[in-house]
Amino acid sequence: MQRRVIFNNKLLPYLLLAPQLAVTLVFFFWPAGQAIHMSLLQQDAFGQSVTFVGLDNFKEVLSDPDYRATLWRTIIFSSAVAIFALVPALLFAVMAERVVRGATFYRTVLVLPYAIAPAVAGVLWLFMFSPSIGIVAYGLKKLGVDWNPKLDGDDAMILVIIAAAWKQISYNFLFFLAGLQSIPKALLEAASIDGAGEWRKFRTIIFPLLSPTTFFLLVVNIVYAFFDTYGIIDTVTSGGPAKATEILVYKVYYDGVIALNLGSSAAQSVILMAIVIVLTAIQFRYVEKKVHY
Amino acid sequence: MNPQTLGARTNWLPHAVLWIGVFITAFPLWVTFVASTLTPRDIAQAPMQLYPGGEFLANYAEAWSKGATGTYLSPPASTLLLNSLIVALIVTFGKIAVSLISAYAVVFFKFPGRMFFFWMIFITLMLPVEVRIVPTYQVVTDLKLINTYTGLTLPLIASATATLLFRQFFLTIPDELVEAAKIDGAGPVRFFRDVVVPLSRTNIAALFVILFIYGWNQYLWPLLITTSNSLDVIVVAIKKMIGTGAEPTDWHIVMSTTILALIPPVLVIIVMQKSFVKGLTDTEK
Repeated sequence: MQRRVIFNNKLLPYLLLAPQLAVTLVFFFWPAGQAIHMSLLQQDAFGQSVTFVGLDNFKEVLSDPDYRATLWRTIIFSSAVAIFALVPALLFAVMAERVVRGATFYRTVLVLPYAIAPAVAGVLWLFMFSPSIGIVAYGLKKLGVDWNPKLDGDDAMILVIIAAAWKQISYNFLFFLAGLQSIPKALLEAASIDGAGEWRKFRTIIFPLLSPTTFFLLVVNIVYAFFDTYGIIDTVTSGGPAKATEILVYKVYYDGVIALNLGSSAAQSVILMAIVIVLTAIQFRYVEKKVHY
Repeated sequence: MNPQTLGARTNWLPHAVLWIGVFITAFPLWVTFVASTLTPRDIAQAPMQLYPGGEFLANYAEAWSKGATGTYLSPPASTLLLNSLIVALIVTFGKIAVSLISAYAVVFFKFPGRMFFFWMIFITLMLPVEVRIVPTYQVVTDLKLINTYTGLTLPLIASATATLLFRQFFLTIPDELVEAAKIDGAGPVRFFRDVVVPLSRTNIAALFVILFIYGWNQYLWPLLITTSNSLDVIVVAIKKMIGTGAEPTDWHIVMSTTILALIPPVLVIIVMQKSFVKGLTDTEK
């Protein structure tokens, strides 16, 4: 943590830290404090008077069936995104590790979605699946599928899950690839000599050795689905139809900025912060213990 | 390479699977590109053709210099791209500069409160802007920074990730190097400029890719902070161009603007792929 040889200046280190601390204080701690403060207050309908209400906002939020439905929806959405982003990524990484010819080409293409904004990814998928003009929607119609994400909540949910997972595959792919490259080749060769097939090697050697990477990615993907998919949802469905794709982050924004229900929105922000802190803590605890690669 | 993986049985399978991956990745991009070269009528004709049409130049020229019409009068794509570029570059270089010096302070000096400050920075890792969006918006309103580049970029500049990466790297700089510099009479500023920054080149390059993409792709924050169209970044503008149903969407303009919005971050990631991959897997490990 600390170096042995250091410089002896009294003032300089504080000057060096000042810019980062200033931004952190003004745009992180102050708002976080405000959120906690406001979550304990209740504003009247006209914004005239403010009363301290203790934990009432939290009680109200947590007992609100709408909020619970959104929470449940967020959990389903995040799990689906994580699964559909992790499984193909692992498959592609395992295959990419085996090829020699074209390896750079495959990797370059598979990495591209990482560079694409969530909101733009949303537009790409919205366009292809748009009931009136989308090419995939057209194909689905030909197959007899009644597809309409503008009216059907399940269709809308499927669409945002696909768009969100599509974007995240790149990230997972790179981490799986790095994990695979650090598995000792001698181990796999020994297994081959003992007559183990590809599937058996994957099941008994590769997958167990990748488990720290997989666990790390699982947490990262859940955090991603919880917080970074705002742009996707806003462009593809705007949370609709009838809130079928409204996740927690979307609700915080909607309740705070559009509906101006500040107390409730603040309480929701605080709950979200607690969720991120727990997820990040799990991730770091685990990363510290990580032994492989 | 062991002989079994070269066997005919396994040889075609990885390629087949990877081609499926390439298809899944590239198909949406291809469809978007094709649509950007068609007339609005051809786009509306289901099923849309899957090979480029003849409107490439016309569509891009219109997007570049005129932008979308309809309920949202977008600035031309040239302005949108410039806004995005300014925001992305300020965020990227701001973050790198701020993180370099704060990591330097934490690693190379001993002073009261060092660990306290380090944890203060570290904890911000846990508060993405989406979580604290409403209160941060109020702070920015109070500071009268709505509709300014400062409001767009400054709140995004503090980065625990970059600081942690630099800290990790600084800890690997050998003590002998610091001692040698001190014996030669170099002070902390000189050492930073002549030794630490040049040594950090690879890390800076990797962070550049990650942070440029992060800055370029911002959506919710600029959406909230700018109410004047002339300050819109391109990602936000694309969303605003898509009609909500009451009015038709100029898909040919939306699609060519989308392709224009994709080019800078995609170029950055392709050109700097090596340092990006290394940086990404190092940063978050």
